[in-house]
Amino acid sequence: MEYEIVVGLEVHAELNTKSKIYCECHNAFGLEVNTQCCPICMGMPGTLPTLNEKVVEKAIKMGHALHCDINRICKQDRKNYFYPDLPKAYQISQFDIPLCEHGYVEVMVEGEVKKFGVTRIHIEEDAGKLLHGGESFDGSLVDFNRCGVPLIEIVSEPDFRSSADAKAYLEALKSILLYLDISDCKMQEGSIRCDVNVSVRPKGSDAFGTRVEMKNVNTFSGAVRAIDYEAARQIEVLENGGTITQETRRWDDARGVNELLRSKEDAQDYRYFPEPDLPTIVVSQEKVDELKESITELPNLKVIRYVTEFGLSQTDAETIIDSMEKSAWFEEVVAAKACNAKTAANWILGDISKFMNETGKSLSDTQLTPNKLAELISYIESGKISNAAAKQVFEVLLQENREPMDVIKEKGLMQISDEGALEKVVADVLAGNEKSVADYRNGKTNALGYLTGQCMKATKGQGNPQKLKELLLAALSGE
Amino acid sequence: MEMYQYTATELSSMLKKKECSAVEVTESVLKRVHAVENQVNAYVTVTEELALKKAEEVDQKRAAGEPLHDLAGIPIAIKDNICTKGVKTTCASRMLENFVPPYNATVIEKLDSCDYVPVGKVNMDEFAMGSSTETSYFKKTSNPNRLDCVPGGSSGGSGAAVSAGEAVLALGSDTGGSIRLPASYCGVVGLKPTYSSVSRYGLVAFASSLDQIGPLGRSVSDVAMLYSAICGHDPHDATSAMREYADFNASLQPDIKGKVIGLPKEYFGAGVSDTVKSKVMEAVKEMERQGAAVKEISLPSTDYALNAYYIISSAEASSNLARFDGVKYGYRAKDYRNLEELYEKTRSEGFGDEVKRRILLGTFVLSSGYYDAYYKRAKLLQKQIGEEFRQAFESCDVILTPTSPDTAFKLGENIGDPLKMYATDICTVTVNIAGLPALSIPCGKDETGLPVGLQLIGAKFSEQKLLNTALAYEQAVGGFNQIPEIK
Repeated sequence: MEYEIVVGLEVHAELNTKSKIYCECHNAFGLEVNTQCCPICMGMPGTLPTLNEKVVEKAIKMGHALHCDINRICKQDRKNYFYPDLPKAYQISQFDIPLCEHGYVEVMVEGEVKKFGVTRIHIEEDAGKLLHGGESFDGSLVDFNRCGVPLIEIVSEPDFRSSADAKAYLEALKSILLYLDISDCKMQEGSIRCDVNVSVRPKGSDAFGTRVEMKNVNTFSGAVRAIDYEAARQIEVLENGGTITQETRRWDDARGVNELLRSKEDAQDYRYFPEPDLPTIVVSQEKVDELKESITELPNLKVIRYVTEFGLSQTDAETIIDSMEKSAWFEEVVAAKACNAKTAANWILGDISKFMNETGKSLSDTQLTPNKLAELISYIESGKISNAAAKQVFEVLLQENREPMDVIKEKGLMQISDEGALEKVVADVLAGNEKSVADYRNGKTNALGYLTGQCMKATKGQGNPQKLKELLLAALSGE
Repeated sequence: MEMYQYTATELSSMLKKKECSAVEVTESVLKRVHAVENQVNAYVTVTEELALKKAEEVDQKRAAGEPLHDLAGIPIAIKDNICTKGVKTTCASRMLENFVPPYNATVIEKLDSCDYVPVGKVNMDEFAMGSSTETSYFKKTSNPNRLDCVPGGSSGGSGAAVSAGEAVLALGSDTGGSIRLPASYCGVVGLKPTYSSVSRYGLVAFASSLDQIGPLGRSVSDVAMLYSAICGHDPHDATSAMREYADFNASLQPDIKGKVIGLPKEYFGAGVSDTVKSKVMEAVKEMERQGAAVKEISLPSTDYALNAYYIISSAEASSNLARFDGVKYGYRAKDYRNLEELYEKTRSEGFGDEVKRRILLGTFVLSSGYYDAYYKRAKLLQKQIGEEFRQAFESCDVILTPTSPDTAFKLGENIGDPLKMYATDICTVTVNIAGLPALSIPCGKDETGLPVGLQLIGAKFSEQKLLNTALAYEQAVGGFNQIPEIK
C-alpha cells in the first residue's frame, strides 16, 4: 500500500530580549553557571513575576508575520510539573488563549509555493539546565541561568506531507525570526528547538492516523532524519499488521533512531490554571497595528517573488535573502533598472559575496553604491567592458568614491566593439599567421583560440572577445 | 503605665515630644516579651539585638533633628511568612525551618524606610493554613485573654503579640480571614486591605489571588498608621493597583452620622452563637445612637462561599507550594535513592497534615476531568459573590457582620475536625473572594472574658470609610486598648 506522511511541528524559539521574561536578569547564553539569575527566576518563596512587555511585542510581530489573529486580550497560565530545572515547579505559559492564533505561512518547497497552517503562537518561560556529573562531580546539579528566558512556541497544523515540507517550513520560520530580530536562532545554543508529530495514512485517505510525538529534535536536518525514520517505522508496523499507539518517543540523532519515552497512559496532567500573579494581558489596537506596520517584506515571500518575478533559481534567491544586506543591495541594483536581474544576482552571489566573506566587511563600509554597481553591470551587458575589466573597476569603486565610467576611462578598460576597427585587426592577424590559418582549415580547431589571443594582443586586451571570435570565424569560413 | 501598654499613636506623639526614647519603648516591649512569652508563645524568632540597634539609630536620628516617620521607633512584629532579609522566615513550617531570605518583602522595605523597630517574627498556622495557629510546626500560641484558648489564625502570633503587649503593632496576612479572626479572638483591631492595595512581593504565597498583608493594632488609628505605611503600587507585584493613596491616619476622623450600615441576614444565621449575636447587635445599636442608619440586606451566595474559597485557595496553594521540593532551599529528606524519592520524602516529612490536606485537595480540583466541576464553578461563584457585594454597596456605606460565629475555642478542641475548623472562617472568606477591604474591631467580651469581634466590610478601596466608621464606635465605647493581665 502507498502511504502518506502527515507531520505537525511545535517550534520553540528563544527571544533575543535584553532581559528575561519575568525578571530583570540578563538574557544571555554561555555565561558562568548560576550567575544570570535572581530570587525571582529561581522561584524563591514570596517572589513574583512581572511581564517583560518586549516579549509580547516580539510575539505579536511573529503573529503578524504568520498572518495570525492577535488576541489583544489574553492571559497566562501555570503548567504544573515537578522537575529540578523548573524552580517554581510550574512553567508560566499560555493555555487556552494564546497571544496569536489561526495563521499560515507561504513557503517555497522545491520550486512550488505551499501554504502551511499555523495553529497558535504563545509566550512562555524557558527552564534551567541539568548538569549531570561524571568525573567532575557526583550526581546532578542545576544551572538556573536559562530559567525565565523568554520563548515563543509556534504550533503548526498537521500540514506537512514530507520531511522536505517540514524542513522548508522550519527554514522559513528561522529566516522570519532573524529578519524581524525576534530570535538569534542559534541552533547550537538551543535557541530554536522543535517537537515533531508524525503519523501516516493510506494515500487518498482523509482520516489522520495515530500520531507519535518526538522530542529532542535539535537541528533542522535532524528533523528531516527523525521524520523519515519515524514514518518508515510506522509504515513497517502497519505493513506487518500492527497498530500505532499514541506515545512520545525520544529522537537519538547520533544513532539515527528513536525510542519510547512515555506512552499515552503516562502522559502528565499539567493541571493548567490561570496564573494569579499576573494580570490579563491587554494590548491596545494601536500597538497591534503599529507592530504590523513595522513589518517589511518577509524572506519567505521574497523567495517566492525573486523566483517568479526575476526568474532566479530558488537556491540563488534563498542565498541572497539569507543576508538582509545582500537582499537589500540586490533590490536596489534591480530597482536602478540599468541591468538584468539575473546578472545582478550573479554579481551579488559572486564578487560581492566573495568580498564580504573575505573581508568580513559590510558593503556599507565601502564607497560602492547600488547605483554604481548597477551602472557597472550595465557596461558589461552592453559590451562596453569585459568581465575581467569590470572586476578591476569594482575593486576601485570599493575603495574610492568615483564614477564607474571615469575609472574605466582612466584605466583604458573600454572594450573595442566597433566592427570596422576589429575587422582590420582580424585581417592583420590572419595575414600574419598563415600557419595557424592553415592548421585551422585542416581541422585543428584549437588554432582558433590562438588566433583570438593574437587579436586580443593586437587590441591590447580591449577588443570585445566575443565579437572578435565571430569576425574570425566569418573570415576563416568566408575564404 | 508601662511603655508597652501605649498605642502606637500615643507612643509616636511621645517620641516626637521626646517624652521617651525609642530605646526605652523597645526595652519595655522586650521586657514584656521576656515576661509573658513563656505563656503566650507568640514569637518564632525574637530579634532583640536588631530591635535595640534600630531603636538606637532612631534616637540618634531624632537627636540629629532628622525628619522621622510616625512609625519611627515603634516596635512591630512581623508574621513569619513575610520575607525579612537575613532573618529566618519559616512560615511556621519544618520545610522552611532554616530559610533565611536574601531579600526583603516590599512591606519590609517600606517599614525599614519608616525606621520601624523589628521585634521579631511571629507564629502562624503552617503556610497560613488554619484558623487557630495550631498547625505551626514549632509551637502553639495562646490567646492572651485566656491562655487555654487559641488566638485564632492564621496570624495568631500577630494577634497575640499585639494583644499581650509583646508588640505595639503587627503585620499579618489574610487569605480567608487570617488577620480578622485573630484580631477578633484576641480583642484587637485588624484590617484586611483591598486586594491589590498592599504589595505581595515577599509574602510567601498561599493563595495568590486572595492573599493580602495587613496591620493589627490596639486602636483604629494605629491600624490606619501602619496601613498607610505599607500600601501603594509596587512594580514588583503585577497585581498591585496603580493608584495614589491618602494618608489614612491624617485623614482619620470619626464619621458615622448618616452612614447606612447593611446587616446581611446570612451572617446572623443559626451557626452564630447567641453571645456573639447579642454583642454585635449591641454595637449596632451604639452605632445607631451615633447616627448611623441600619438596613437588613441579603447576600444569597454566602452559603456557597466557603466551598468556593476552599477550592480556589487550595488550587492555588497546591501550585504555590510545589516549589518546596528539597532541591533549592529549605528542608531536604536525608535518605533518598532517586529524584522521585527526594520529592516524596522531602514533601512528606517537610509539610504538616493541614498543608498536605490542602495540597491534595487543590491538586484534585485542578486535575483533568475535574477542573470544570470544581475550579471553574468556584471561579463563577466568585464573580457572583463579587456582584452581590457590588449591588449591596449601591445602598449601603458599609456592611457589618460578626467576624466569627463564636469566640475563641480551646486549644486542641477543633484540631481533629477540619470541617469544624474551616467553618470558623464562614464570615470572613467572602471578603477575600470579592477582594474587598474589611476591618475587625472588638465589641465586648463573652462571659468567660473572651473578646467578641465585629467586621466592617467596605467597597474596594474604601478603607478610609471603614476606619472612620470604626473610629466613631471606638470613641463611643472609650477605646479598644486593653492589655490583659497574664499570670
